[in-house]
Amino acid sequence: MAKNDIICTGCPKGCHVTVEVEDDEIVNVEGYECPTGREYAINEYKNPTRILPSTIRVKKGEFPLVPVKTAQPIPKSLLIKAMDVIAKTEVKAPIKIGDVLIENILDTGVDIVATRNIDKEVEV
Amino acid sequence: MQEYNMVVIGAGPAGMAAALEAEKNGLTDIVILERDEYIGGILPQCIHNGFGLEYFGEELTGPEYAYEFIDELADSNIEVLTETMVLDVDENKEVTALNKEKGVLKLKGKTIVLAMGCRERTRENIRIPGDRPSGILSAGTAQRYTNIEGYMPGEKVVILGSGDIGLIMARRMRLEGADVKAVLEIMPFSSGLVRNKVQCLDDFDIPLKLQHTITRIEGQERLERVRVAQVDEDFNPIEGTQEWIECDTLLLSVGLIPENELSKAMGLDLHPVTGGTFVNENRETSIEGVYAAGNVLHVHDLVDWVSEEAEIAGKAAADYINNNLEKRAQKIEITPAENVTYTVPQTIEYTFGDKKFIKVFMRVTEPMEDVEVKFSANKEEIISYPKKIVMPGEMVTANLPAALVTDEMEEIKVSIVKKAGENNG
Repeated sequence: MAKNDIICTGCPKGCHVTVEVEDDEIVNVEGYECPTGREYAINEYKNPTRILPSTIRVKKGEFPLVPVKTAQPIPKSLLIKAMDVIAKTEVKAPIKIGDVLIENILDTGVDIVATRNIDKEVEV
Repeated sequence: MQEYNMVVIGAGPAGMAAALEAEKNGLTDIVILERDEYIGGILPQCIHNGFGLEYFGEELTGPEYAYEFIDELADSNIEVLTETMVLDVDENKEVTALNKEKGVLKLKGKTIVLAMGCRERTRENIRIPGDRPSGILSAGTAQRYTNIEGYMPGEKVVILGSGDIGLIMARRMRLEGADVKAVLEIMPFSSGLVRNKVQCLDDFDIPLKLQHTITRIEGQERLERVRVAQVDEDFNPIEGTQEWIECDTLLLSVGLIPENELSKAMGLDLHPVTGGTFVNENRETSIEGVYAAGNVLHVHDLVDWVSEEAEIAGKAAADYINNNLEKRAQKIEITPAENVTYTVPQTIEYTFGDKKFIKVFMRVTEPMEDVEVKFSANKEEIISYPKKIVMPGEMVTANLPAALVTDEMEEIKVSIVKKAGENNG
């Protein structure tokens, strides 16, 4: 039987919740102090996901980078791989907030979207 | 000299929200002066999510949160001057500023909103001994390089301070390929959000060393290593616990200081705990018609509350110009009592009008569970609110209902105390 210690992020208390697993089945959850803690720990054990914020390089923009994020959370295990894809990408200004800059990253079904407007570089 | 109804200093979240709220309350002729080349303050470089849950009811990144206000400003009649550095504001509300193209500007405001934000404490503030090589930056500077300007500050990183900025930058550096060796925290607990500790450190196996600090910095041209030691309860390094960590970059996330040089020059006194000016419930300083809001007043942990606070100031300024305010016969002091380090506001000076309550912001001295936030006057309780958990890093708020405040009250004390036992059996 495996015991997984998960810290609930539902509130500042940060309960340490233990999820006990036997043959891929959750057999016991303890250490939580409210229903949020139980639910969080089960989700976090089964399928931990995260929003990934980052930046993408911009050609001919007023700034050299545009901030981006995954439009929905992606599996935690893919964060570093997603960063590799983002690092290889370059986009051209102008960019509008919400623009899809990478479609369906790593076949997750999730897009990478811009979180700021970036105008064209002002020509001097 | 050009005259305005309102001159706002700083186009961060506080300045933007104050100006917009003033306009919504009928004020015209508003100008915002911003020293940076873009508006939004620190938000555009805070590319991570976690903003807006309180204010917008949805989770946004920093640039997205800022955009909600930037977009609204674009549709307003509010004038915004960027690359404009305010040099002086005097007690007559005359402002001297430098603009990149227009040179010296002289403006006069019927009201002034101080919204200059805060800045980071530095190595010099905390006096770390050793060499003075390159590679030692505040976490916010590193954040601007990495997220706006496109430079990577270094490859082997140590972070001192586990506040949210330190935690966020630990993840950011790691995601951009740096080896983040450790985050050090002198206190026995992290002052950052639990979520940031989990998602920024635990997710990437970055060690958090509580009750640890840096006792020496070494490096010739570039930082080469730092000496780390465990500290005792008085924060003194414990002999025999020192170890050297090789690194080329040290990020400091060791606290924020409200940026009040202009306020001081105006003759405003600063609060010994907040580092901001003293204000009444309208966020008005001791000079009538001069307001302060956001991190220049007290350092917030959530931008959502900065926006809310700035709106109080913006609306009050509009009411002030429209003669909609009435002073109380005598002002009420709001003073921190047991386990409360400070409150904002510090006084109530106006009658409540249509206000149902005054929201009081405060911080607790140490982590506590099962407590009550209690307002009392003349040793009698006015009202109390139960809270499951309070932490020094998370601002506590509680509403003081207008209906329960009487003219006889001269002082209202705010305390946070252990809840009395509910069952006597």
